[in-house]
Amino acid sequence: MDRATAAAPEQEPEPRREAIRVENLHKSFGSLEVLKGVDLTAQQGDVVAIIGGSGSGKSTMLRCINFLETPSSGKIVIGGEEVAMRADGSPANQKQIERIRTKLAMVFQQFNLWTHRTLLENVIEVPVHVLKMPKPQAIERARELLARVGLGGKEDTFPAYLSGGQQQRAAIARALAVDPSAMLFDEPTSALDPELVGEVLTVIRDLAAEGRTMLLVTHEMKFAREVANHVVYLYQGRIEEQGPPAEVFGNPQSERLKQFLSSVG
Amino acid sequence: MISLKELAQPHRIVMMVLFALFVLWCAISLRWDWIPKYAPLALEGLWTTIWILAVSTFLGFLLAIPLGLTQAIGPWYLSVPARTFCTIIRGTPLLLQIWLLYYGLGSLFPQFPWIRSSELWPYLRQAWPYAVTALTLSYAGYEGEVMRGAFSSVAKGQLEAAKSFGMPRFTMFRRIWLPQAIGNVLPTLGGETILQLKATPLVATITVVEIYSVSSRVRSDTFIVYEPLLLLALVYMVIAGLIGLAFKRFENRLPDRS
Repeated sequence: MDRATAAAPEQEPEPRREAIRVENLHKSFGSLEVLKGVDLTAQQGDVVAIIGGSGSGKSTMLRCINFLETPSSGKIVIGGEEVAMRADGSPANQKQIERIRTKLAMVFQQFNLWTHRTLLENVIEVPVHVLKMPKPQAIERARELLARVGLGGKEDTFPAYLSGGQQQRAAIARALAVDPSAMLFDEPTSALDPELVGEVLTVIRDLAAEGRTMLLVTHEMKFAREVANHVVYLYQGRIEEQGPPAEVFGNPQSERLKQFLSSVG
Repeated sequence: MISLKELAQPHRIVMMVLFALFVLWCAISLRWDWIPKYAPLALEGLWTTIWILAVSTFLGFLLAIPLGLTQAIGPWYLSVPARTFCTIIRGTPLLLQIWLLYYGLGSLFPQFPWIRSSELWPYLRQAWPYAVTALTLSYAGYEGEVMRGAFSSVAKGQLEAAKSFGMPRFTMFRRIWLPQAIGNVLPTLGGETILQLKATPLVATITVVEIYSVSSRVRSDTFIVYEPLLLLALVYMVIAGLIGLAFKRFENRLPDRS
């Protein structure tokens, strides 16, 4: 909360700083072109919801941003710094991409908590072993974060003993532990039982209210409409339509988006 | 752990009584008077068996990690030699490997003056370096194959998560990939280590004095056949049991995976 209120006055005179910029992003898997030139910009504090049918390339786009997928061509700029790319699209400078990745925390559809470590160990892993934070400090912070996502008291539990919703909240705590400048959510509730979706969305909603920069690939249209300040609709690897949620959902222009919205209810 | 109630089943009691009678019969009607004379040698042999086992499994496992990793993800110029090595080791008898090293390599070395004059020569003249090398390579060959599967079996998402947080590749290997791979194959490794224990008597054929060769010595000195062999069997069973227990404890400390 402090962040948002403290940052607000500065935002008035000059434009907000750019967090993520994607330019003319292409990605092919073999002969299949999944992304056909996508442009996207997220300012700091933006919550961008990316929607679209399956196979529209939304997850691939998100994964190209931190180079979990190698783009075929295009340009990725994170916090004003362009990621150096080789001709084949792979990161040219391993050190640079590792440094940039530490600022972009990702939350996966399948949670991907490290199964051989307890929740606390999961949360302190990157701060201690990548960011070289002193361990006691990392532990203290991890306890706060776990408590914040409603997992206080579960520090010493292994992921396998938790429900999907709990695992995903722990994964969010793990992402917050690196103090990311932007968070990438890749369908964070798609693998959850319906009754567990709410608890995860509540946590994400709090983060949005806090002014965190987020890119959110989601199938939860109601949720996207509620938390996002910008919605992007992808269709077959292109941005078909984008704008403020009220317009994209309330007054869709393209036929495909209209169809998509009516099909997902 | 088996509860007392389970142990008190009739068939179990019968087996235990039979076993106790067998032990009693062994103690009373067999000859054990040779033991005091050979005890010091037997202890030495036991120690040799244990350290050869420990050193060869440890070094063998260290070798198995790169052998498995290169086969799992390495470029062809690393994975092909690794696969060839594992195939040869697993496809030939250990006895043959021990002999090829000891009688083959061991008899080539003295022909080179620079080897004879080297610091290593005092060791290369003995039998144990060849025994340890052969057992190490054998364990590496088998476990290299096991580790290949182990590395491949770690869920991709686990590594992707590490990557997405900017974890450098070696840190990812050390903190995530290797521990999960080992955790996946711990029961196999326990069994393989017991097999390795039971492969150690083969080094007696190249004059290494370990526990099996001591029992042979007793037999040829005293013409007592069964008693040393029975005791030898007991010794191997106890060591195998301890290895099994150690791995079991280790496994119990690992969490369940979903």
